[in-house]
Parts: sequence; structure tokens; C-alpha cells
Amino acid sequence: MTQTPATPTPMSATPTDLQDERLLRPTGFGGTVGASIRRVRGGDLGSLPVVVGLVVIWAVFEVLNSAFLTPGNLSDLLVQSAATGVISVGIVLVLLLGQIDLSVGSVAGLASAILGVLLVQYHWPEWLIIPAVVLAGVVIGLVYGFLFVRFGVPSFVITLAGLLSVLGLQLFVLGPLGTINLGFTSFITEFSLLLFVPPWLTYVLAAIAAVGYGATAYLSASKRRNAGLSAPSLAWTLIKAAILLVFMVVGSAYLNTSVTGGIGDSFVLLVVLVVIMNYALTRTKWGRSVFAVGGNVEAARRAGIRVNRVYVSVFVLCSAFAAMGGLLLAGNLGSASPSTGTTDTNLNAIAAAVIGGTSLFGGRGSAYSALLGIVVIQSISNGLGLLSLDSSVRYMVTGVVLLLAVIVDSLSRRSRTAHGRA
Amino acid sequence: MTLVSDVSPDKHVVVDPVLTMRGINKGFGAVQALTDIDLDIYPGEVVALVGDNGAGKSTLVKILAGVHPPDSGTVTFNDKKVSIPSPAASRELGIATVFQDLALCDNLDVVSNLFLGREIGAFSLDEVEMESRSWELLRQLSAKIPSVRIAVASLSGGQRQTVAIARSLIGEPTVVILDEPTAALGVAQTAEVLNLIERLRERGLGVLLISHNLADVQAVADRCVVLRLGRNNGVFRVAEVSYEEIIAAITGATDNVVTRRAAATSANNEETSK
Ligand SMILES: Nc1ncnc2c1ncn2[C@@H]1O[C@H](COP(=O)(O)OP(=O)(O)OP(=O)(O)O)[C@@H](O)[C@H]1O
Ligand SMILES: [Mg+2]
Repeated sequence: MTQTPATPTPMSATPTDLQDERLLRPTGFGGTVGASIRRVRGGDLGSLPVVVGLVVIWAVFEVLNSAFLTPGNLSDLLVQSAATGVISVGIVLVLLLGQIDLSVGSVAGLASAILGVLLVQYHWPEWLIIPAVVLAGVVIGLVYGFLFVRFGVPSFVITLAGLLSVLGLQLFVLGPLGTINLGFTSFITEFSLLLFVPPWLTYVLAAIAAVGYGATAYLSASKRRNAGLSAPSLAWTLIKAAILLVFMVVGSAYLNTSVTGGIGDSFVLLVVLVVIMNYALTRTKWGRSVFAVGGNVEAARRAGIRVNRVYVSVFVLCSAFAAMGGLLLAGNLGSASPSTGTTDTNLNAIAAAVIGGTSLFGGRGSAYSALLGIVVIQSISNGLGLLSLDSSVRYMVTGVVLLLAVIVDSLSRRSRTAHGRA
Repeated sequence: MTLVSDVSPDKHVVVDPVLTMRGINKGFGAVQALTDIDLDIYPGEVVALVGDNGAGKSTLVKILAGVHPPDSGTVTFNDKKVSIPSPAASRELGIATVFQDLALCDNLDVVSNLFLGREIGAFSLDEVEMESRSWELLRQLSAKIPSVRIAVASLSGGQRQTVAIARSLIGEPTVVILDEPTAALGVAQTAEVLNLIERLRERGLGVLLISHNLADVQAVADRCVVLRLGRNNGVFRVAEVSYEEIIAAITGATDNVVTRRAAATSANNEETSK
């Protein structure tokens, strides 16, 4: 397409992408802010509802019990979030495809059982156990992917069967031993429960994150400008990077004042996994095809995407994340037992993804929803625990919050249709 | 845009067809959608495929696009017998298809849809490059699309169609198949698409155009292949055939050997009945 005579040479200095006269041109600082507001009005809520929800939840619990927002408690809360949060990252992926995995709890339980047996009975070194357990998750994901692609069985049926079979496998692996204590000298236990990032390192990490964010935003903006496209104003980029920095430094400083806690290694692992998955989803060809398949499978197929590979890769990743979460779960409890992963792990992981803003309808969501969602759920659980309310209330409240999240999802979908963003 | 196409009778004697279909059959359960279909597409030629609703045009397109495999028959591409088991295989051969139902991902923006399956930079998408090229492409088609960063769901029918057409031009196709590309387009955009089709022909691509609009067919097509009830019902050299004759072949009103002219592969167009 090189032979068109009268291409660009744009009229005046208007960026190529803003030349249509019907566009409300978001130029400069005010324009960038205005565009964000319009986006939210149009039903493109992103993570706004969950952030608002989190603030409300924290405020309510702090009023009810002033121990809630103490550094020690928040530090615990983040450590408790890590295991289910990691599982939830995998759930986000399957939800993006418009599928579901109901067996992540069982897979996590199986992972903990394998860990217990290999560590305590066979005395494998832990550096070998970790990849072995993740590999078990990969194999389960491959089986799901194969069944889904080959026979076209709905994923909720496959994984419901998986829930039972894998639970059976978990009990089989544990065998007559029942509960296996890992002992607190195990690295996995220490990592998921006892290790915290040294304070100085938290600030270094915060600075790296903020500078990294600012630099990538700045570079991509200048690249856009050079290509004659519009770009967010420099001021706005700087402000966002500064807000990020202040938020992280203040947060770290506050958590670091806790005597026994701080920022847990396991929580940092969760954040790192979320950031990596966010990159994979938004900046790679694979991620683009995940969204495409979730939005319209047939269109994706006709665009030449190898749809089956996308499905298999996502089921594999989901089960692998579930296995990793299972390791953290066992580490948190210091043991592998027949009940590890059984109770509410499954539903919490799924609820976290949905509460965090990933649509159940497929094709819409973000890796960050796993992080935000699990913090919400863990806050509720932790807060109600402080009020010494038992699990009956906790289940009911979590259920209501999940319902609210799904309603927000459905409503914003409707609003998107009305505003033409379906 | 009047008819100025080259119709020198021996044009195709020297050139081999880029794509040949022979004896293609395709059934869906009880419905025999295509029976014994033959079709040739030459490089630098626009072939119009016409026929009534349900004649099997889109089914033929989907066979070439790798959406449905044919039940029997052969497809030859660049003198090699090929099978087209998947859309990816069709793309790799160099066949670009604009589907009648557009096949866009509503949740993705225009740029993502244009480059779907052909993104620039597998592990680090080059969004700036893709966006610039999108604008370039859309401007060529006089697309009236306000922003390429809005979800395709929010575009009008014609805008969506323009996106689907633009998408077929990304990559370097040798055959472009357009299934009713102008059905939803405005006057200016239709003219642009017809111009585009002529440009594709000048560049030596084979174009298969499906349209119910015989004015468009007469404006740009060199040859016109008629399907009726899933069977070949005549091939016409557009310059030498009247509107009425095509209509007759489409509707079957005068379905006899006299009106049937196999002009395509024969060097001599004066051949009448057999
Ligand atoms: N996926 C399918 N399953 C079953 N039958 C089908 C399918 N696709 C097409 N058909 C049938 O094949 C026949 C031809 O359909 P096709 O879509 O090819 O027609 P067409 O010529 O493109 O018509 P139109 O001008 O309306 O687009 C129709 O009778 C249709 O019912
Ligand atoms: Mg059709």
C-alpha cells in the first residue's frame, strides 16, 4: 500500500489519531483527565469499583475495631492473601477466555500433598520439589486442555470432574498418613509465612517500580509523538508516577513499623506474578489472542489464531498457578492435610478474580483484578475474624460481596452496550 | 468509474490461474450447498461471483478461507494441489478474506482487530507502528472512523465493514476474497472500495468479489461467475454481456445452453452452444 499519492502530511499539527472532527480531543493535562472520566461514565470501569469498595471495607472495619488498620494486622492480611491470590491469577486467565476452572482448590490441595510426601517421606530437596509440583499442575492443565479441545466438553464440567478426581488423588497421595507436618525449617514455610522483605529493599523496590513506570510511560509517549500520534501529557505521566511512588513508599514505611511483620516475601511474589501476567496479557501476541478468543472465538479462528493452542496454554497456566498457590497454602499452614485447598480456596480464588473486575462473560479483565480482589476478600475475612465473628458470617458477607461484584459486572456490560463499548 | 477493463481475448492464454477449484462439493446435513463447482481466478483479474440468496457463494468463500473443508473436489494454488484445513493455512497460502459476517472481535479496538493474528512484535507489541499503519490504511479507504482506539463494537455497520476490508490488506495476499464488501457502505466508501479493487488488480492480485449489486460488478469485474442453487450456472466476460443476461442466469429464467457462455478459459468468446 505504498502507492497512494496523497497520504498524511497532516493538516496543521493535529496528531494523526485526532483529526476526525467528531472527536472530543483530549489534549493536554485537562483533556487526559476528562477522557478518564468519560471512560468510567461509559461503563469502562476498570478497577475503580473495587478500589472504592476496598476503601469502604477498610473504613468500616477500622471503625468497628481499631486493630484492623494496624501495621501488624495489615502485614498479616497481605501474607494471607498471597496463596489464594496466586491461584486467582490463573482464574483470571480462564475467565478472560470465557471459561472457568472449578478445580483449582483441589489442584492446590494435591500440590500441597505432593510437597508433603516428597519433603517428609522422600526427603527431596526443595529446589527440586517446587518444579516437580508445578509440573504436576501443568500435566493436569494439559489434560483439561486436551479434553476441552478434543471433545468440546464445557470447561465447567471438565473441571467439576477434575475437582473430584484431583481431590481423590490428593487423598491418595497423602495415604494413611493423613496430615503431614512440614516443619518450620522448610524453606517453603519460611517463605510463605515468616520471611519479610528488609525495609531498605522495600523502598528500593518502590523507587524502581515508580521510575520504571514513569520511564516506560514517557518513552512510549515520545515514541507516539514522533510517529505523529497523540500522547498523554508529560505532566499527567509524572503525576501518576509520583502518586505511585508516594503510595508505595508510605505504604511500605507504615507496614515496616510493625515489629514482627512488614511486607511478606510471598506477597511480593504475588505482585511480581501479577505484573508479569499483566505484561503477557497486554503487550504480547499471546495475550492479544487470549482477549480475541474470549471476545469472539470464531473471529479469532478466522484471523488465523490457533485457538486450540490458546485454550491449552491457558488451562495449563491456570493449573500451574493453582499448584504454586498450593505450595504457599501448605507453607502458610505448615502442613499438608486432606483439607488443604478444600474449604473455600476454590470459591475465594474465583470470587477474587470477579470482584477484582474480570468479567465472567469473557474477553474483559486484567491480571490486577486477582491482586485487588484477593485483598478485598482477605480484608473481609480478616476484619470479621478480628470481630470474633465465626465463619458463618464470613461466608455470608463474602457471598454478598461476590454478588455485588457480579452485579457491577453485568451493569457495566449493559452500560457499555448503551455507550457502544460492548 | 466506467468500464475500461482489459478484455483482450487471449489474455489468459499465457497466464496460468493462481487459484483453481474443480468439482467442489459441500453439503450441510440434508442441504447440498455446493455441487460440482469449478472456478478459476487469474492474477490481475477481478472475478465476480453472483447468485441469489443461498446460492452457495459464502460457502464457496469459506472453503477457500479454510473455515469449512470441502466434501470432495480439488483446489490448486499456484499450480500446486493444496488442502486448506484451517484459516491459518489459507492465510499462509496468501488468501485474504473479508467475510460476509465480518468476523471482528467486538471487545478489541480497531488496531487490534486489524492486526489480529499478524501483530508486529510477538513478545513486545509495537503499538505505535501498528496504529500508524492502521491510520495509513484506513485513510486509503476514506474510512470515516473517528478513533482507532475504540472498541469495534462501537462502530457503525459500514465502519465495521471498512475495518474488515482494511484487515484483508495487511500482510501480502496474492488472492483477495471480498464477500459483499460494499453491502453496508456509503457512496464515497463504496467508490473507494471499487477503486481499491482496481488497484489490487493493477498490482497483479487475483480478486474474487461477491456482490448483489450488478452495477458494482459491471464497474470493476472482468469475469462474472454465476452460481444457482449450488451449481455453476455460467461464466460471462463482463464487457460482453448485458445486465439482463446475468439476471437471467442468476434467476434461472432462461436456463439453457444458449445463454450459457463459458468465456473464461476459452480463448475465443464467440463459442456458442455445445
Ligand atoms: N454452517 C451451515 N450449516 C448448515 N447449512 C449451511 C451453513 N452455511 C450455509 N448453509 C446452507 O448452504 C446454503 C448456501 O448458503 P450460503 O451462505 O453459501 O449462501 P449465499 O450464496 O452466500 O447467500 P447470501 O447471498 O444470502 O449471502 C444455504 O442453503 C444455507 O442454508
Ligand atoms: Mg453469503
